[in-house]
Amino acid sequence: MHDHDCGQIFAMLSEYLDRELPPATCEEFDEHIKDCPECVQFLESLKRSMKICRQFGESQLLPAIDEGQMTRLRQAYANMLTKRGRSKSES
Amino acid sequence: MSREVRSDAELASALLSGDESVFSEFVQVFHARLANYTFLMCGQREDAEEVAQETLLKVFESIDQLHDPAKLKAWVFRIAKNECFMKRRKSVFAPQHELSLDDDLKPMRQIADWNALPDDLVLNAELRETLTRSIRELPESYRSVVLLRDVEGLSTEETADILEISTDLVKTRLHRGRLALRQSLEAKQHA
Repeated sequence: MHDHDCGQIFAMLSEYLDRELPPATCEEFDEHIKDCPECVQFLESLKRSMKICRQFGESQLLPAIDEGQMTRLRQAYANMLTKRGRSKSES
Repeated sequence: MSREVRSDAELASALLSGDESVFSEFVQVFHARLANYTFLMCGQREDAEEVAQETLLKVFESIDQLHDPAKLKAWVFRIAKNECFMKRRKSVFAPQHELSLDDDLKPMRQIADWNALPDDLVLNAELRETLTRSIRELPESYRSVVLLRDVEGLSTEETADILEISTDLVKTRLHRGRLALRQSLEAKQHA
């Protein structure tokens, strides 16, 4: 393993996965990982932890909103719409 | 029936027109997302519930003042971030120093076990608990970026807008945060 090259690749992993690297740099990246199983392994493991984060974001950690909270929000929403309607009719 | 996917601008417009069904849908979806975000940022469940509720109240009180409806989501999360900042109690778990990339290079040679995890890893209760702890242990500057980019799926630009930092800084913190999180998950998986 060539630590120097891998170090450079390592610093760019996220931008590579996010498709935010310039095309030329992306090509250099592809060229390196073609012959570097350790970088590929690390890339895959990072991808996996990102995928788990995304699934995590779609789960619910706290209880859903309750009726009392919903009522307060509905009231704030209604007030905003009333205020908006008034300012429209005044203009 | 699948839920209609609306753009931020369409969602803002529907809310401002008084569409009741959009209001309910918006509250259900954003309450869950905000509660996750505030829980992982604030660290205290009671604080998180209160902050999520306060954020939504502010959203409905002032959505008519939203300057750019195409940035509705970013605007909502910016309010949440500010509410968290007001409420936050300093987490005993969160280290305040930033990790260096040199530190992050060390685990490169210890990746075999993590890679032994199955590709279709299921986010079960145990892994959810592990991930919650790992995210909460991240330094705050990394945690805030990882949450918005990888957990919430917001773009680099939206994240920069919410956190009021440059896109380059978002990228740097995201990378370091991802590495730290991956390392922490690996360590916990094999503890």
